[in-house]
Amino acid sequence: MGRRALGVGLWLLIAAAALLVYLFAPTFVSDFHSRDLAHAGVFFIAIVGLNLLTGYTGQISLGHGALMAIGGYTTAALVVHEHWRDVWTIPLAGLAAGVVGFLIGLPALRLSGLYLALATFAFAVAMPSLLRKFSGLTGGGQGLRLLESSPEQVTGISGTVTIFGHSMTQNHFLYYLTWAIGLVGFLIMWLIVRGGLGRLFRAVRDSEVAAVSSGVNLARYKTLAFAISGVYAGVAGALLAIQDEIVNPLTFTFLLSILILVGAVVGGLGSLPGMVLGALFVQYLPDLSTRVSSKPGVPDFVYGAAIILVMILLPSGAGGLLRRLAEPLTTRLYTRP
Amino acid sequence: MLLAFDWTELAQQIVVGLASGGVWATLALALVLIYRSTGVLNFAQGEMAMFSTFIAWSLVHHGLSYWAAFALTIGISFLGGVLVERAVIRPVEDAPVLTVVIVTLGLFFVVNGAARWIWSPEVRSLPNAFSTRPIDVVGVAFSIQDLGTIGVSLGAVGLLWLFFRFTKLGLASRAAAVNPEASRLLGVRVSWMLALGWGLAAAMGAVSGMLTAPALASFDQNLMQPVLLYAFAGAVLGGIDSPFGAVVGTLILGVLVNLIGTYVDWIGTELRLPVALAVILGVLLIRPTGLFGREAVRRV
Repeated sequence: MGRRALGVGLWLLIAAAALLVYLFAPTFVSDFHSRDLAHAGVFFIAIVGLNLLTGYTGQISLGHGALMAIGGYTTAALVVHEHWRDVWTIPLAGLAAGVVGFLIGLPALRLSGLYLALATFAFAVAMPSLLRKFSGLTGGGQGLRLLESSPEQVTGISGTVTIFGHSMTQNHFLYYLTWAIGLVGFLIMWLIVRGGLGRLFRAVRDSEVAAVSSGVNLARYKTLAFAISGVYAGVAGALLAIQDEIVNPLTFTFLLSILILVGAVVGGLGSLPGMVLGALFVQYLPDLSTRVSSKPGVPDFVYGAAIILVMILLPSGAGGLLRRLAEPLTTRLYTRP
Repeated sequence: MLLAFDWTELAQQIVVGLASGGVWATLALALVLIYRSTGVLNFAQGEMAMFSTFIAWSLVHHGLSYWAAFALTIGISFLGGVLVERAVIRPVEDAPVLTVVIVTLGLFFVVNGAARWIWSPEVRSLPNAFSTRPIDVVGVAFSIQDLGTIGVSLGAVGLLWLFFRFTKLGLASRAAAVNPEASRLLGVRVSWMLALGWGLAAAMGAVSGMLTAPALASFDQNLMQPVLLYAFAGAVLGGIDSPFGAVVGTLILGVLVNLIGTYVDWIGTELRLPVALAVILGVLLIRPTGLFGREAVRRV
């Protein structure tokens, strides 16, 4: 007994602490800043999704911003054209991006490394152009405005939202919605990567040849990783559309794909808790670097220098640091005396 | 319709395409140099080239002629490339590949920010390197600018080839890229060979930037971002580990993009890059390691 119970207890303690932070974080920041936190939640969901693909399955993607676009535009189109309630579009947005992710996974079966990077990059670069070209559905360069086209379907338009008899501001609602989905998504991902499926993904990452020799169907698990990752990106895109109340091609540029990748690597590929730090890094760093000096060029300089510095100091991301910090504890808990 | 087809125009458009392809080829070669030695895609390559171009602009602004500034900038860029490798790449030499990639992304922001910090973000222009008057070749009028651009970029490519093929240093750096351990045992200073690769890549990028800028009416700090996209696409088309492939790939891409833009109306300028990328994707599906790339052989 003893050790195992202690381990389970420790995990429960961490989960309880995470839940408390989730519930009470907005009370410590202003209403306005809880919107920033909500935005960080969008990054978090997308980064957790990319982590499965890149961190656990070893497939690089420079196109996750475009998958977010699929989700965001699904939500926006359903609200604007079909007058759906905004929050009910989220599952469909995830599904749509999951299907597209699966389709991207098909050519990816033949490509690896930089060639795969180019394929996903092509998707990211083409997306804004395609969105402008098919303007009937997407509103072209103007994009789609949820608030103007069907305000009655935007949750919290009156300023407050009431859930289970508990009323809160719209910004708080967006925070709780985004991070609730984020935490559920995190839990699901944790169950995936620690189980048999996660082991199959890691086998593909560590050695394709060895995986095939042991009877792992490469095509199935690569496309599956792309699809699951796509669902996460789609949900993130949907939440972004709901938060911004507008989508246009400029929301989903190549830069967004890059930011998600930066977040995943800074958070630590192949580590789940690190993803929270990765998301906060991507969300708050631009703001912090503008605060250093707003002279032209200086914020970008500081931003880039911070990325380089973090990577030099933490080559395996924040996740690597967390692992090292927790190592004395985990070895005591999980090794037999 | 078919009778009205203008062969002269086709020839002209092909040369225009080759000119832009040539400029991309120099930057693509820079990408390949770094990929072969470090195994990463250098996202900052275009920005480094932009920075070089601004140095050239400053030199021209202080009274130097275009070609004097051209030569001087190549030298400065080489040193700058070596310096960048020593300062930010060496500390992550043993880190996972994606970590190094993210460092080059950080470098992208640093170099772009520095350029806007030093040279305020306003548009400027470089004098034309070549005469703009047309020249008559077998009855077809070509622009001297285009032909000169093709000449200079292919010249730079040729010089680089001579360096790698016929000098001891070139041989050492090729050896370091192919088999670092064995080279180290034979006395090659592998780490410095990486720095040399970055220096040469920066110099090639400088050529690319200084050929791109004069062809435009004006330019700013975003000068090289589209060039980087095309160079990356062309290099992958040719096979990212093959210098020869990178040159051929970008030249093909240059002609392809230009002909698509000219002859297929509904594509226009908006969809030019996506269509080119789609074509490349099609090629990659048939040849997953590009036209001239080597199949990666893995040991289990």
